[in-house]
Amino acid sequence: MADYTIKVRRFQPESGEGPYWEEFNVDLDPSLSVLDGLLQAKDREDGSLAVRCSCRAAICGSCGMKINGQSGLGCKTQIGEAQELADKQASATGKGGEGNSIVIEPMGNMPVIKDLVTDMESTHWTKIRRVTPWLLPHGEPPEREYIVEPESMIDITQSMACIQCGACVSSCLSMEADHEFIGPAALAKAYRFVGDPRDAETHERLHDLADDPHGIYDCTHCFSCIDACPKGVAPMDQIMRLRRKAGEVGIEDPNSGHDHEIAFVKIIEKKGTLDESLLLQESFAPGIKGKLKPNKRAIREMLGSIPTAIRGIKTGKMRSLHKLIPGVHPKLPDQDDVKTIFAHAEEHSEEFNLYIKGEEGELAEDDVEKGIERSTDPDTPQEVKNG
Amino acid sequence: MPSHDVLVIGAGLAGQRAALAAAEEGVSVGIISKVHPVRSHSNAAQGGINAALNPGDSWESHAFDTIKGSDYLGDQDAIEIMTREAPEEILHLEHLGVTFHRNEEGKLGTRAFGGASAARTYYVADITGQAIMHVLYEQLMKYSEQIARYEEWFCSSLAIEESGECCGVVTRNVADGSMELFQAKSVILCTGGNGMVWKPSTNALICTGDGIAMAYRAGAKLMDMEMIQYHPTTLAGKGFLITEGARGEGAHLLNAKGERFMEKYAPNKMELASRDVVSRAEQTEINEGRGFPDGTVALDITVVPKKRVHEALREIVLVGRDFAGVDITREPIHIKPGNHYTMGGVKTDVDGRTDIPGLYSAGETACVSVHGGNRLGANSLLDTLIFGKRSGRDAAARAKRIDYAHTSKQVLEDEEAMIADIVAREKGSGRRISEIKLELGQTMDAKVAVFRDEAGITEALETVRRLKEEAKTAYIDDHGSVFNQDLIAAIELGYMLDNAECTCVAALERKESRGAQYRTDFPERNDEDWLKHIDLERTDDGPEISYSEVTITQWEPQERTY
Repeated sequence: MADYTIKVRRFQPESGEGPYWEEFNVDLDPSLSVLDGLLQAKDREDGSLAVRCSCRAAICGSCGMKINGQSGLGCKTQIGEAQELADKQASATGKGGEGNSIVIEPMGNMPVIKDLVTDMESTHWTKIRRVTPWLLPHGEPPEREYIVEPESMIDITQSMACIQCGACVSSCLSMEADHEFIGPAALAKAYRFVGDPRDAETHERLHDLADDPHGIYDCTHCFSCIDACPKGVAPMDQIMRLRRKAGEVGIEDPNSGHDHEIAFVKIIEKKGTLDESLLLQESFAPGIKGKLKPNKRAIREMLGSIPTAIRGIKTGKMRSLHKLIPGVHPKLPDQDDVKTIFAHAEEHSEEFNLYIKGEEGELAEDDVEKGIERSTDPDTPQEVKNG
Repeated sequence: MPSHDVLVIGAGLAGQRAALAAAEEGVSVGIISKVHPVRSHSNAAQGGINAALNPGDSWESHAFDTIKGSDYLGDQDAIEIMTREAPEEILHLEHLGVTFHRNEEGKLGTRAFGGASAARTYYVADITGQAIMHVLYEQLMKYSEQIARYEEWFCSSLAIEESGECCGVVTRNVADGSMELFQAKSVILCTGGNGMVWKPSTNALICTGDGIAMAYRAGAKLMDMEMIQYHPTTLAGKGFLITEGARGEGAHLLNAKGERFMEKYAPNKMELASRDVVSRAEQTEINEGRGFPDGTVALDITVVPKKRVHEALREIVLVGRDFAGVDITREPIHIKPGNHYTMGGVKTDVDGRTDIPGLYSAGETACVSVHGGNRLGANSLLDTLIFGKRSGRDAAARAKRIDYAHTSKQVLEDEEAMIADIVAREKGSGRRISEIKLELGQTMDAKVAVFRDEAGITEALETVRRLKEEAKTAYIDDHGSVFNQDLIAAIELGYMLDNAECTCVAALERKESRGAQYRTDFPERNDEDWLKHIDLERTDDGPEISYSEVTITQWEPQERTY
C-alpha cells in the first residue's frame, strides 16, 4: 500500500460553475491502476465523480483519459508508474520532490460532458462512420468461407485490435489544428477494410480517403497516436499503409510525401549519406541523377519553396548552403556495408506487425541473438525499409 | 412514447445478433444499452468459438462434448440446435468480415479447447469476442435506418400489461437523466451475466445481472441459478482472465512443487479437462498446501513456442506484463480459480421465449439450457449468437402477428418515484452503496464458490438478506441528472442482491455435486434425485422453488471422467 494524491480536472455541468481541480488522497498498491485510484475516491469520498469504466483490463476501451498530460487508459496505467512520471515532470520543471499529484484530465479533442466523461459520439464515432466502416464485398458470398492469404488476416487483425477508446484521437496534434481531420482511429479502421482481401471497394475507399482534404494526407507523422494507443494498433502506421496503397493504385500524393521517402532511400543507397542537393529534386521530379525531368507541378513546387528556403537562410535554419550545390557533397568512402544493409532489408522486407513479431523489446533482443542488423527494427519507418 | 416492434435490451453479442436478425425480418428494431455497445463484456471472450465445421468433425461430437461438459444438466434438444447451427453461423460471421485465423491453405483454422474431443475452436488471435462484436457493430451502423441505437440508456424495469404480456421497458437516458417508457411488441433481454455479485470476478463492472433481476421481478422463472462457473486461470487479486486458449496451445499447470498436478485429476485430458474439473483440482492443490503462499498455482506458457504466443496469445502477453508484471514467454504466471460465468439465468425455450409472453432472453442472461452445470470454453460466444439470432427472429414474427398493447404510464411513474426516493436519502442515513457491494462480493466468493456446504451457503443467504434491507437506506452522493453513475450503481446493487439471493437458494436446494455446484456435504452426483433443473419464481417471501425435467434426446447420463 502507498499513498497517492490524484488531482482531477472536474466539471459538473449542472452546477453553473466552470471546470475546477480537486485533489483526492487514495491508498493502494503501486501495481494497481490509476482507474483503481479513481474508483477508490469515488467509492469512499465522492460518488458524483464521473468516469466511464467497465472491464478494468484494457479491453472495453471505456476509460480513456489524460494522465500527467498523456492520453491512455486509466485501467492500464499503474498508479506507481503514474507517480514516477508526475515526479519526473515536476523535477523537469524545477519543482522537484516526491509525491507530486498525479494529474488526471478528460481526453482532448472532444467536448467534456461531466468530469472525465467526454462526448465521443460527436467526434470519435462520427468520424468512424465517415469511413464507411463495414465490409463491402461484391456478389454473393461463397458457399464456404472466403479463401484468403493467412497473413492478410493477421495483418488487419492489428487494426481489429482497436478498442475504440479514443486515446489516439485525444492525443492527435493534427486534429487539434484541423478538427475535421478524419483522425487516427477512423483511418486505422479504414485500413482494416482496405487491407481486407474480401472487400471489393478498395479503390473507391482509397480515392475517398485521399481526395478528402482532411483525409490520409492530413496526418503530420508525429507519432503521438502510436504513443497513446494502449493496444499496439499503431494508427499512424495504418495511415502510412493507406498512403502506400494509394500510391500503388496511382493516386498522387499532394505533399509528394511518398516520393520524398523514396528519394531518401535512393540517395543513401547510392551515396551512403544524404546528399541534400539531390533531395528536393528527387522528391519532386524523381529521375536519374543529372537527368532532371521536371514536370510542371515539380517546377511550381520548387519555385514555391524558394521563400521558405530564404526564410530558412535568414533564421539560420539552413546553414550548410554549399551542400546544396550538386556534386559538393562527399560520398561515403566504403559503400559496401551500406549495400549489404540494403540487400538484407530487401531480402527480409516484411510488414512490422505485433501479431507476427511480438513486442518491440522482444524483437530487438531476438535480433541481437541472431546477430542480424536491426533492419527490421520497429523504429525504422516502414516506408524506408519497404521503399 | 418511442415505439419499436422489437426492443433489445443489452448490446453485447447476443443483443446485437438479435437486433440484426429481427431487422432482417423487416420489423422496426430498437437496441438499448447502458454502455456504448462496443464496451459490452462480450469483448472479453478471448479464446474462440466452437463449431463442428472441419471435415471429419460432427455436430453430434460437439453436442456430446457439451452435454458431458454440462454434467448432463444441459437440455439436449437445445444443445442439438446450437451445435447443428454452429457451422452456418461461423460462415455467416466470416462473410460479414470477421478476421478469423486461417490455415496455410487460406481456409478457416482451428485451435484446441477444454472439454472438446476435436480442435473445433475458431478464433481471431485472443481477441475473438472483440473481433466478432466490433464486426456486428459495423453491421448495426450499416443498418442504422432499420435499427435505432440507444447508447448509454439504462433500463430500470420491464413494463407488463394487465393481461401479463411484456409491452415495453422503462429507461433512463444516462446523458441527461430523462426517463422514458419505450413501447414494444417484443422485448429481448440480453444484458449478460451477474459476475459483479462475486469479488473478485473476471467480469466487467457492468455485469450486474440486470436482465435476470428485471425478468425475475416481472414474474419470469429463473433456472439453474446455482451454476456459477469459476474459471481455472484468473490472476490472483484482480481476477483478470487468462484465456483457456493458453492451455489449448499447450501450456501446463504446475503446483508449487513444480508438479503437473492434472495428472492426478484428469489423466487423459490433463489441462484441457472441463473447467469445473480443473478449477476443483487447482483449489484442492491450494487447500492441501501445494500452492504458492499467495494462494495460487502456476500456469506455464513458456512451453509454447514464442512465435506462436505472439501470434495467438498476444493479449495475455499484455495482461501478464501490464497487470502482473510477468513476461509469460519467460516465466510461469500465478493463477487461481475465479468467478467467471453465469450458467443459469432467465428460463427460456429454444426460441428465447420466457414464461412471460412477449419477453425473450438470450446469451448469458438466459438459461436455455445449453451449459447445464458447466459451460465448455468457446461455447459462450456460440450460445449468444445462435440464441440471439433465434430470439430476434421469433420476436420479429410475434411483432408481425400482434398490435401494440395499451402500455400504462403507471410503471414510468413508479420508477420515477423509486429514483426520487434514492436521490432524497440523506448522507449518513445508511451505509454507502460501495460498502454493501464489497461485503456482498466477498461473502459470495468465500461461501458460494468452488467448494460449498450447507453452513456456508446458509450464512451467505442470511448476509444477502441483511444487505437487501440495508440497501433500502443506502445513500448516494450525486443528486444530479447528468451521468449520475451513483444512482445507477444503487439500482444495480438491487439487481445484484436479487441475483445473489436466487443463487444461494438454489445452491442450498441442490443436495448433490454436479458441474460447478460441488457440495462437500454431498460430494457425489445423484441422478436419481437431482437430474432436474431448479426453477425459481419471485414471491414476497423470496424465491419459490419448483423443478423441471432435463430434456434427454439420445445421450443417457454416464460417469464423467476426463
